[in-house]
Amino acid sequence: MATLGISSPATVVVRPQAGPWQRAWRKLGRNRIAMLGLATVLFFVVLAIFAPWIAPNDPVATSWGAIRKAPSSAYWFGTDELGRDVLSRVVWGTRASLMAGVVSVTISLVLGVVIGMVAGFFGGLTDNIISRITDAFLACPFLILAIALAAFLGPSLTNAMIAIGVSAAPIFVRLTRAQVINIKVEDYVEAARAVGCSPLRIAISHILPNITAPVIVQSTLAIAAAVIAEASLSFLGLGQQPPAPSWGSMLNTAKNFMDSAPWMAIWPGLAIFVLVLAFNLLGDGLRDALDPRHR
Amino acid sequence: MFAYFIRRLVALVPTLVFVSMLIFGLQQLLPGDPAQILAGEDQSPEVIAHFRAKLHLDKPLPVQYGYWMAGGLQGDLGESVRTQLPVRELILQKLPVTVELALLSMLIAVVISIPAGVISAVKRGSAWDHGATVFALSGLSMPNFWLGILMILLFSVQLGWLPASGYVSPLEDLGANLAAMVMPAFVLGTGISAVLMRHTRSSMLQVLAADYVRTARAKGLGEGVVVLKHALRNALTPVITLGALELGTLLSGAVLTEQVFTIPGFGKLIIDAVFNRDYAVVQGVVLVTATAYILLNLMADMAYFLFNPRLRY
Repeated sequence: MATLGISSPATVVVRPQAGPWQRAWRKLGRNRIAMLGLATVLFFVVLAIFAPWIAPNDPVATSWGAIRKAPSSAYWFGTDELGRDVLSRVVWGTRASLMAGVVSVTISLVLGVVIGMVAGFFGGLTDNIISRITDAFLACPFLILAIALAAFLGPSLTNAMIAIGVSAAPIFVRLTRAQVINIKVEDYVEAARAVGCSPLRIAISHILPNITAPVIVQSTLAIAAAVIAEASLSFLGLGQQPPAPSWGSMLNTAKNFMDSAPWMAIWPGLAIFVLVLAFNLLGDGLRDALDPRHR
Repeated sequence: MFAYFIRRLVALVPTLVFVSMLIFGLQQLLPGDPAQILAGEDQSPEVIAHFRAKLHLDKPLPVQYGYWMAGGLQGDLGESVRTQLPVRELILQKLPVTVELALLSMLIAVVISIPAGVISAVKRGSAWDHGATVFALSGLSMPNFWLGILMILLFSVQLGWLPASGYVSPLEDLGANLAAMVMPAFVLGTGISAVLMRHTRSSMLQVLAADYVRTARAKGLGEGVVVLKHALRNALTPVITLGALELGTLLSGAVLTEQVFTIPGFGKLIIDAVFNRDYAVVQGVVLVTATAYILLNLMADMAYFLFNPRLRY
């Protein structure tokens, strides 16, 4: 009887005419700038997936006959110091950048949301210890921590992604913890506890869906930061290792040929800038669409 | 006020302890025997044994940390494997260069962001406002090392106005020093000014809607006085605290910018140490950076407290 009394008004609340996600999606669709960001992101996703068919040349094939050639009809973006086609390398480099963005944010997301939920849900000593450790991580500037982690793990794209993911996780811990603390005192959580739901079930089916919106917004913006971070680590030689193409490492090489081959420095940087800008525009749009205070 | 300050200072102790544990713990990530790795190319058993004894690697982990921390508290951050110099000395050598770069960048950031933020708040919705928003988003999305490369291409390679690299100490030749520092400071400054401008704009918008601003206008004060004297002074308070968070970005950014412009500062020190597998230097630089960042944040909080009389109790 008690179960019925609680669940029947809940069904009314959960199904309004248009769900919150549909409303958010419509609002996002009306935001032209955010849609431009989304389209640009999708463009890069297509580039990354179909790189073998889109790139006109082999990205690692060297050609002694075409060293540091200026952009021409044969090589649209010119060639680099080993005669490799810059356009093909930029296209293939999309893979490293997008993968780094997505994989490292997934790492931060999983670590951050789980740890943040534990801290917020259990409170007390657990929360205290987790919060102090989070503070310690946040006390180290993000990129410096990532550099230090990558240095000790050894230079490679995988380790760069781990380093970026771990360094960015504390932001998600804080965000999730704050959200959980606000939500766990809501009546519906109290009700779930009253009907005897286990803490795990309350966490997964009652709290998690209600913290998704801010986490999605933060993730989109975090991907932008992670793409820059991967490019930075690769620029410093701590990310993707040669000869595999990555925008950051291409810029690192280009730095040595600025007098003779400036085009080597233009395109990879422009690609980073446009991709990061697209994620930032999309993230801003998502925040406007998902944050109830903006409605 | 004093009691608050002391309380904040005491609260820093656990954070600093955890930070030091974190940085010490990095060593555990090294694959294999740290003594063997620290010995570098010289793999003779004596050298390895020397490192093992010196870093107390044969003792349990908490004891190792105790030794490391005790040294750190006395300013002993170990010794560089590469140069045989104490890490402290290396850091003290490079620190002033990065501090100069950071100060110049902050100056540039403030000069750009505060007026831009004020104008876009006052003329909300105008072309100015939209322009400033585009600038802020571009600044946030621009990898600063790429901006540095573009500036070198334009001002050094094409126009030949500024040197692409070559740091000169300000004590030797101030003009040459500034010529070498202006581009890196601009690169770092614009990145931060994007964030500061956003904060200034939203803070100004909030303040401009406040009752006392309406009162000031109602008594017939000129718009300039209202904006600059009544609104801006109050709007800047949160910007100070939020701006302090950008000091972390500044320190991170300095690593890349110093690499692009070959400036022998803190950033160059940590990167060179990474490639020389000079782990004690890496740990020392991160520890000093984190401590500096924590203290600067505390100072910003204090400033916020001083500027905001409502918080005094």
